Amino acid sequence: MSDELNINKKRNDQIKTKSSATSGRGETDIDYVRPAELPEQDLYHGHSFITKWIFCQDAKVIGVQYTLTAVFTGVVGLILSWMMRMQLGYPDLFPFLTAETYYQMVTMHGMIMVVYLLTALFLGGFGNYLIPLMVGARDMVFPYVNMISFWMFFVAVVVLMASFFVPGGPTGSGWTLYPPQAILEGTPGSGYGILLMLISLSLFVIGFTMGGLNYVITILQARTRGMSLMRMPLTIWGIFTATVLALLAFPALLVSSIMMTLDKVLETSFFMPTIIKAGEALSYDGGSPILFQHLFWFFGHPEVYIVALPAFGIVSDLISVHSRKNIFGYRMMVWAIVGIGALSFFVWAHHMYVSGMSPWFGFFFATTTLIIAVPTALKVYNWILTLWRGNIRINTVMLFCLGFIVTFVNGGITGIFLGNVAVDVPLSDTYFVIAHFHMVMGIAPLMVIFGAIYHWFPLVTGRFLDEKLGKWHFWITFLGAYSIYFPMHYLGFIGVPRRYFEMYDSPYMTSAVGMNEFISLAAFIVGAAQFIFFYNLVKSLRLGKPAGKNPWKANSLEWLTPDVPPTHGNWGEKLPVVHRWAYDYGVPGAKEDYIPQTTAPSEVKDAEVEKT
Amino acid sequence: MFTGLVFLAVIIGSIIFHVWTPWWWTDIASNWSAMDDTIILSFWIGGGVFILVCLFMVYCIFRYQYKEGRRSEYKPEDKKLEKGLTWLTTIGVVALLAPGLVVWNNYIRVPDNAIQVEVMAWQWGWKYRLPGQDGKLGESNNRIISDDNPYGLNIDDPNGKDDVFVESNELHLLKDRPVKILLRSIDVLHNFYVPQFRSKMDAVPGTITYYWFEPNKNGEYEVLCAEYCGVAHYAMRGKVVVEDEVSYNKWLSEQETFSSFTAKNRNNKLNKKKLVKINNLSNNKNSILKEQDVR
Repeated sequence: MSDELNINKKRNDQIKTKSSATSGRGETDIDYVRPAELPEQDLYHGHSFITKWIFCQDAKVIGVQYTLTAVFTGVVGLILSWMMRMQLGYPDLFPFLTAETYYQMVTMHGMIMVVYLLTALFLGGFGNYLIPLMVGARDMVFPYVNMISFWMFFVAVVVLMASFFVPGGPTGSGWTLYPPQAILEGTPGSGYGILLMLISLSLFVIGFTMGGLNYVITILQARTRGMSLMRMPLTIWGIFTATVLALLAFPALLVSSIMMTLDKVLETSFFMPTIIKAGEALSYDGGSPILFQHLFWFFGHPEVYIVALPAFGIVSDLISVHSRKNIFGYRMMVWAIVGIGALSFFVWAHHMYVSGMSPWFGFFFATTTLIIAVPTALKVYNWILTLWRGNIRINTVMLFCLGFIVTFVNGGITGIFLGNVAVDVPLSDTYFVIAHFHMVMGIAPLMVIFGAIYHWFPLVTGRFLDEKLGKWHFWITFLGAYSIYFPMHYLGFIGVPRRYFEMYDSPYMTSAVGMNEFISLAAFIVGAAQFIFFYNLVKSLRLGKPAGKNPWKANSLEWLTPDVPPTHGNWGEKLPVVHRWAYDYGVPGAKEDYIPQTTAPSEVKDAEVEKT
Repeated sequence: MFTGLVFLAVIIGSIIFHVWTPWWWTDIASNWSAMDDTIILSFWIGGGVFILVCLFMVYCIFRYQYKEGRRSEYKPEDKKLEKGLTWLTTIGVVALLAPGLVVWNNYIRVPDNAIQVEVMAWQWGWKYRLPGQDGKLGESNNRIISDDNPYGLNIDDPNGKDDVFVESNELHLLKDRPVKILLRSIDVLHNFYVPQFRSKMDAVPGTITYYWFEPNKNGEYEVLCAEYCGVAHYAMRGKVVVEDEVSYNKWLSEQETFSSFTAKNRNNKLNKKKLVKINNLSNNKNSILKEQDVR
């Protein structure tokens, strides 16, 4: 104990001497960076296998744990989607696919993919791994709480998966869990299934809140010297804003989960009006099903951006690094992220145009929803303007970025259809909606996730992923997914409603049969292609080409650690000092086509840097 | 080269698919052609943006592919370009939003001459109630639904006496006469949706919601439930018949009114036991489902 104190004292003394040395001069030093105000964080270093790899407090390990758990749930979600497509493409061919199981799979697929895969992966996975590294911190500010956050998430996943094995099976109420049906007989899993779902969600929110506070405070408080907010990589801006959204939005999910649990267990009537079942009135009275929808979407719409904003941030960085060009309009990008985040709290009821809420809301929410299209479109322009006059490496990472741009623009534009209230009337609750949100918040973020994994795998493991397998993986995934969801919009135009176990012989449906078969086939192939990726991960872990330091010639801090892969504490002896933003690529006058963030101006005197 | 070509093929393929798709909306049978028009407008503007953005991307792939030793342009910001793009986008968004809001305004304002029709949804089927001669529907309350009063009507409300009960999945409507659909549900959320009419709205238990349309083409249309309502959601179909006055009146005269129902009911009270049973389950696909459930 006294040793630690001494070390701290020494550090403090160092800080003091440094600051007096710099402040004494009249002429400003071009390499000047504000002195540190706080002593460095002390970290708990694990000694045993358990403290190093299981109950670990290192954010990087926690990030990997989050990633692996999330990917596991993603595989479950993928298998569920295969089974759904078996039914939709070839109805009645598989006797084990009843309407009950179908609806259970629909529900679990949706919830797993949105919450347990995408949210956990972007914030828990990428957030944990990248935040301390990219802002130049040794770790998250509360490593212990961070560890608990992961284990809460883990328990939430266990509870969720347990619902597959309870009597009645998992809930089949649709991922939106709309009451009254979610907790009434007539919906599969309305007993234990829905309860476990609500408990699991509550655990997830609690776990996430612990992690989320960590991310926000680390970004605000633990940035290294010189890392001003407007020098942060956009990845961090995306994750930061998304985390703030999540901290504000998840409580709405938590209260609605708790209230619905009470409605289920104690027969309170938060969301339950008078209900007649089999000719008898149930004990409920006076509750409002629409209230639940407001609460759910107050969480649910920011949730879309909780997934999208980190994806926006990450893809900006990937595009910039691999086209060897500064991100175009950095400041606009930052304000767009923040603006989209703020606006996302004012658009939730565009999911409810035909829910029976006051129709006058339609005007307000259509307007806010279309306003949000403006900053979003600007981001798209800035991505393609970053490619413009760049020096584009067409590698797997870049391919996934390009795939992201195509799918995101496509899905974004169909979003304008659905957000525009009168257009939503014929299209809502049809396959158009399914196609839209899979394109924009399924495929597009997944493209970013894959791109990011191909990009940062060398940092995490020290080895490259196999480029050839990667390209196969990309082309099958992108072309396959596009041919699943692009034609699916047209099913929606016909009027095919979503969540239909079977269409029977509706007169206008006959033409859709062939398309359903085609979509199913494409879905099987795309799903199978993911196993190329998993094989690539496992293979490259041991046999991949060694990457060495900063293999992509990137500028941001995570590539500048003394050890690759970075060890606990990240930075060895001394924390890095930041002199510039993360996007000095192709600066005229500089020797290399990139200038890392830690490079002092005096080292690159000839470089004509515009923005730092 | 290869990459650019494939992306180009994806864009061209999308356009070709859109132009020659055999999958398109059903022939419209109501007054809401403005909704179709707004969709078409969205296609022109949105589709145009999609194509331009993607083509620009493909151009960059071709033109700026990596070359050793080449430097990319260093230009962190271009205020003028960014401003221009912001305004252009704003104009596009307004061009889409304005017609959308106008159509929505029409959608929520029901014309005065609309006939009121109550659609009552239950797990899993539809039934209907029409106002009698007075053109007014009687007050209702789910709490007092019983075998004697299947719609839960207020017995003291004189408007309800002549209300017409249509206890079947099939509803008839007059051609060229606006209808105000009043939606009720006795259990969970449902949604009364006929693709050919383009319009829809949820039925929410505990409240009455509405929308309107004017059927303008004779024919039979399938009703789909468009809000997930439990395991037989997909089988919750109904039928709407749009017809001319003569056949409509004939159909109407065959239906029962509240007062005649009550009178008849008093006579053979013993016949009816539960609400569920009177909802002629047999001619519905639900029976298939019931079997499935048992299995």
